[in-house]
Amino acid sequence: MPQSSNTFVRFEKIDKSYDGKELVVKNLNLDIAEGEFLTLLGPSGSGKTTTLMMLAGFENPTSGEIYLDKKPISSITPHKRGIGMVFQNYALFPHMTVYENLAFPLRVRKIQNDEIENKINKALDMVSLTNFENRMPNQLSGGQQQRVAVARALVFEPKLVLMDEPLGALDKNLRESMQYELKHIHENLGVTIVYVTHDQGEALTMSNRIAVFNDGHIQQLSSPNELYERPTNSFVARFIGENNIINGTIVESDSKQCKVKTDNDEIIHANPVISNNVGDTTSMSLRPERVLINPSAEIPNKFKAKIEEVIYHGDHTRLRVNLLDQNDFILKVPNASNIFSFENGSEVLLGWDSQDCRALDFIGNKKNS
Amino acid sequence: MSKILTTEGLPLEKSLKKVEQKNKFRAFLLVLPLLLFLIVAYVWPILNLLTRSVDNRLISDLLPQTAIALANWEGNEMPSEDIYKTFYLDLNEAHKQKLSGKVSTRLNYAKNGFKSLINKTRRKLKNFEDENYKDQFIDLNKKWGDIEYWQAMKVAMPKYTIDKYLGSVDLEKNYSGEIIQKPEKRRIHRTLWYRTFYVALGVTICCLLLAYPIAHLLSTLPLRYSNLLLICVLLPFWTSLLVRTSSWMILLQQQGVLNDILVYFKIVGDKSRLELMYNMTGTFVAMTQILLPFMVLPLYSVMKTIPPSLMRAGSSLGGTPFHSFRKIYFPLTYPGIGAGSLLVFILAIGYYITPALVGGASGTLISNRIAYHMKETLDWSMASAMGTMLLISVLVLYWLYNKILGIDNIKLG
Repeated sequence: MPQSSNTFVRFEKIDKSYDGKELVVKNLNLDIAEGEFLTLLGPSGSGKTTTLMMLAGFENPTSGEIYLDKKPISSITPHKRGIGMVFQNYALFPHMTVYENLAFPLRVRKIQNDEIENKINKALDMVSLTNFENRMPNQLSGGQQQRVAVARALVFEPKLVLMDEPLGALDKNLRESMQYELKHIHENLGVTIVYVTHDQGEALTMSNRIAVFNDGHIQQLSSPNELYERPTNSFVARFIGENNIINGTIVESDSKQCKVKTDNDEIIHANPVISNNVGDTTSMSLRPERVLINPSAEIPNKFKAKIEEVIYHGDHTRLRVNLLDQNDFILKVPNASNIFSFENGSEVLLGWDSQDCRALDFIGNKKNS
Repeated sequence: MSKILTTEGLPLEKSLKKVEQKNKFRAFLLVLPLLLFLIVAYVWPILNLLTRSVDNRLISDLLPQTAIALANWEGNEMPSEDIYKTFYLDLNEAHKQKLSGKVSTRLNYAKNGFKSLINKTRRKLKNFEDENYKDQFIDLNKKWGDIEYWQAMKVAMPKYTIDKYLGSVDLEKNYSGEIIQKPEKRRIHRTLWYRTFYVALGVTICCLLLAYPIAHLLSTLPLRYSNLLLICVLLPFWTSLLVRTSSWMILLQQQGVLNDILVYFKIVGDKSRLELMYNMTGTFVAMTQILLPFMVLPLYSVMKTIPPSLMRAGSSLGGTPFHSFRKIYFPLTYPGIGAGSLLVFILAIGYYITPALVGGASGTLISNRIAYHMKETLDWSMASAMGTMLLISVLVLYWLYNKILGIDNIKLG
């Protein structure tokens, strides 16, 4: 795993403020390993882009230090950092051909002409844009422009490439295929990539690790499956994927399991992640696909629910049910096993494992974001 | 290819035309007043001026027989008795119709001295006897025996002439039709043309150098500051040209604000106050300030469309700020530079009030000379010829710009 290799980028106690009144990034500590694909994920205004810009050198940290390959880089100007960057709107030079765009970083580095040609051909080949050298950027489609931008950021063989929501302007299908392409490029080149996005799907597909930002803090830093399966706080649980939230008070707790009394006096067995003191209020997070229909006997949590709505989604069916007086409780049923037939108003028995129901910090009655 | 028909069986093209004709007519009616205005106030005066610059019918209408006689005269030796006689008859006729004044004025353009010569002669015309006109003319004034006057008259006779154009670049035709330089002490226009182009070019460059940073600042500042700055840039636009020029006079004159400050700080002595006005310096300073907005606005509108991420991309790819500027930002502002320069240059080349007020003798431009001909010498043909040359040089410039940069590239705001 890349995480185990050396630290390549280190953010140490970084604070950043634009106006001297509010901190956009608060005490950020982050290590990025060499060859890692790390995604900074978060809603807009969470500080992820600022973090990226500080790494690129376009913003200066208000305090703290960033180390690149163990060297502090705060005082190094962006053009000397040797970091490749892909911008949100591609930032291709509109008055230059694709070839000239790619030649720019190489010419700056005073590389021989035939070598330049070699490298450009290789880079264009990598993004499957051979024979596009003489096009102008405005003669390319959005996806092609994006590929050129990626090729340009990679052509001078930087060890670190930053990407600032590079796929944001593309349509859904193209975005998905580009995700795989970026992932493969990363795997083939072994380059370290720091990627900023607000799209969780993108983050889950491509990354080795994801840092979820909110309010200037990293809320959780872990691998995609860890992040999805085991969110450590309510923000992450709500931000990544869908989930059902049940509020309650802890009435009994040990290190492995706790019992939570809900507002309507039902007892739920849950997994104590943050809250484990008796008497604490907690918001429990439960993924819709972890809810079982007609659960087997050993499942501790079993409740009757009334189906409010059936929504057909092709590969799965979503049910909105009324459970524990909450009528926005969602569950997903894969369509492969067509053993159930659902009707509005009918009753079903639902259940879930106590480990899947994670008791996190209390957030009250906020809806799924 | 067979014709496409509509469902009703009519040719498609015809039906479309029929439908669109009404709309086209209505649209045409809307622009008609403007079109008429343009023709009356713009096209017609320009054409009128163009014809005026080559139209020389006045003199040959006044002296019709002399024109024919002189056309047949070689011009190498003194004119014959017949020519003197014809001239007498024509001049007498003109005098009777009280038009001899026009003759003298017109001929004076051709050669200085004609005016007094004819004015002296016409008073004696009634005393002439029927024979020996040549001798009588020469007796009256010996200038009539000077072949140069007759040669000048011959050159002045053709109905249409490019003399005025030649004159405006200090050339003239001699009696045999060769184009020659004017005598050295009468060459004034060429210097003015050079100076006009020099000043226009200089002002354009000064404007560009001053406007580029301003426009860049305007395009990068947050909106509320940039609006304020834009108002500062536009403020001169809302002030009368005359007021602005006069305020420069207050600032630049020898007892003016600028000199006072320099003297106060002992940078220059009280005895050696700088001459900042009534010379080229004054023209340069005032014109640059007045024309600056015309450079700022096109640059600003172009710079606003350049995303800041391009310069960031340049620097992330390893370009030094200067290199990125030179290779990325600067080329992208070409349309603005082109538009602004063209605008400022064209305006500067025909600038009149400012050089007239602060230019003095060494700072006047060709437009002041045109005005001089319009108002002082009343040689409108000369003024027209110079105006036409100015117009042509602007058109040539425009054509060159289109050739080199492409006119579609231009962006005026």
